[in-house]
Amino acid sequence: MSVSSTHAPCDELLLTRETPVQRRRVRAAWLFLTPMLLCLALVAAWPLLRTFWFSLTDANLADTGGGTFIGLSNYLFHNGTNWSGILVDPQWWNAVRNTLHFTVVSVGLEVVLGLLVALMLNIKFTGRSLVRALILIPWAIPTIVSAKIWSWMLNDQFGIINHLMLSLGLIDAPLAWTADADLSMWAVIIVDVWKTVPFVTLLMLAALQMLPSDCYEAARVDGIHPLKVFWRVTLPLLMPALLVAAIFRILDSLRVFDVIYVLTSNSSSTMSMSVYARQHLVEFQDVGYGSAASTLLFLVVAVIAMLYLYLGRRQLEVR
Amino acid sequence: MKQLKSLLPAALLTLCAGLPSLSIAANLTISCGAVGAELQLCKEAVEAWSKQTGNNVEVVSTPNSATERLSFYQQILSAQSADIDIIQIDMVWPGMLAKHLMDLREVLPANATQGYFQAQVDNATVNGRLVTMPWFTDSGLLYYRKDLLEKYDKQVPQTWEEMTSTAKDVQQAERNAGNPNAWGYIFQGRAYEGLTCNALEWISSQPEGGLVNPKGDIVVNSQASRTALTLAKSWVGDISPRGVLNYTEEEGRGVFQSGNALFMRNWPYVWALVQSQDSAVKNKVGVAPLPRGGEAGSHASTLGGWGLAVSRYSAHPKLAAELVSYLTSAQEQKHRALIGAYNPVIESLYQDPELLLAMPYYAQLHSILNDGVMRPASITADRYPRVSNAFFDRVHGVLAGELPVDQALAELESELTRIKRRNW
Repeated sequence: MSVSSTHAPCDELLLTRETPVQRRRVRAAWLFLTPMLLCLALVAAWPLLRTFWFSLTDANLADTGGGTFIGLSNYLFHNGTNWSGILVDPQWWNAVRNTLHFTVVSVGLEVVLGLLVALMLNIKFTGRSLVRALILIPWAIPTIVSAKIWSWMLNDQFGIINHLMLSLGLIDAPLAWTADADLSMWAVIIVDVWKTVPFVTLLMLAALQMLPSDCYEAARVDGIHPLKVFWRVTLPLLMPALLVAAIFRILDSLRVFDVIYVLTSNSSSTMSMSVYARQHLVEFQDVGYGSAASTLLFLVVAVIAMLYLYLGRRQLEVR
Repeated sequence: MKQLKSLLPAALLTLCAGLPSLSIAANLTISCGAVGAELQLCKEAVEAWSKQTGNNVEVVSTPNSATERLSFYQQILSAQSADIDIIQIDMVWPGMLAKHLMDLREVLPANATQGYFQAQVDNATVNGRLVTMPWFTDSGLLYYRKDLLEKYDKQVPQTWEEMTSTAKDVQQAERNAGNPNAWGYIFQGRAYEGLTCNALEWISSQPEGGLVNPKGDIVVNSQASRTALTLAKSWVGDISPRGVLNYTEEEGRGVFQSGNALFMRNWPYVWALVQSQDSAVKNKVGVAPLPRGGEAGSHASTLGGWGLAVSRYSAHPKLAAELVSYLTSAQEQKHRALIGAYNPVIESLYQDPELLLAMPYYAQLHSILNDGVMRPASITADRYPRVSNAFFDRVHGVLAGELPVDQALAELESELTRIKRRNW
């Protein structure tokens, strides 16, 4: 009772303060927003809800309308003697492990390398704008194409990578990059890092050019060591942009599909959550089970993204 | 836009040609594959039939990847659409698509499949209904280097054991002679459908070997499989490069065609390519049946291939079936073999002098096809992709050295049992 009584005057105050102009503005805003909201509902919310619904049925690709409701059986099911469902499928957990491994290593490398390249490109030298344009090439090539190019370059018998390493004396027998279970994840990571470092570089470079120059002038006047300037000035100021770049990359890597599918197909040593979901949806025709995997993938991505944003924001506030 | 413009006259022509005969002639749609010369051959044949009968037929092309083509068909069929009357289907799909396909025996004459390979007809028959007309076939072959076998005075191997020791000797000798990239045996080892084909051959060539028998029993956990997989595992890193674990047909052909391998398991399409002008092994290649599993074993080649089926939702099923029987006629199959190397499914064509002249290995191919094994797709129906996946996954694990053979087979058996329990 007391809560509502303290709120009531406030609400009244707000209501009375709202002028006709403001009301018109609000209405106009809604008017302009509605098409976009409708659009989003159509292309994002509807498929999402439908996928979620499918995950509770035993729908089949040959007959998507014919699924019957089976509750959470696709996720976890006990038939009296043993458990079945995605949550007890070792393949699924293997896919989760692979995806996390891929995400941590590749995003880590991309952020570090991207930052280094951006710092280099921030220095004035002749031909800088040309280099800046050239460095974007890997990002501009469609992933399918670059993955295919790399799969030939990494070929064990006539790939150029093995040829170079052999003639430099780094290895004495050709490596089976995409076939060897110990190497294939690294092959995938290398290709992904090669492709997305330019993206991180671009974001970092933009942030670097927005940095206030007075801090640097002050540091120069005081004769501070450049490394100290980087740790104390550049990095903290870059942090918000760095976090944005990293979250983009993390979300992308958690959903990774194309580069893995082209390089190593369904091999279990590199199978990601998306590859797992696709295999069940398309190859096994099991729309119900595949949708359940997609739903879990969505949940995992959502939880990690929220956790990351929460921690990132708190860290920024502490600073 | 340019394309549209160039299509316009054609569209108008079709309209004009179609209008006067609208009352009697029907419109049919056929979806042909578009790999290699397929589409061209299909269009020509369909045109000839159109002229003969006065019906309009539209040819639509489909995605090259078999998996994508399957999901495309499934979308159309499950919507019960009459848009496509005739579809070209892979011989592992009849079980999966049967309920959407017409029983061709209802319309075609009783002797329609006379002279066809029995295995092909059996595979196209689901619950007594002939849902697909076999059209052309594929089978695993052993490609070998004639010159190398001659040079080291070796015979074409009859058993897998013999193949292994010959490959080992020749590989060593070739390496000593200065080719560090020489390998003994190349096959398809990536974790995909191709490995299922390869491994099924190893197992089925052993006495009493098999994956799932025609009755639907799971028979894979056997001594035959143990022997076959143990031998296959010994190849990797020895007579086959470790990279073979990620090879499909084309990567393997690359190694063989550049002259770096003695033996290769591959499909018939490779013949035309290794004999082409720019091939390093032109005229040095022979084709033989795949080896037997030991003295008591048999030759076994996994059969592939495509057939034509009529959708149950077609508006003109009878007419569509007539076009199917025209396209699969002996004369048409021979033409396709000569022009595009699509192997006929009618047995007598393998004695045809004209074909034998163009493709000398046809004499052997006939017996290879007779000994062919079908993947257990009809019996496992829409569970087949899971069965195949479970199989190649475990075999890949064995080849990569991650799984002991016994454990792999036990795991495979229990997984297949689990898949089967969910309505096979």
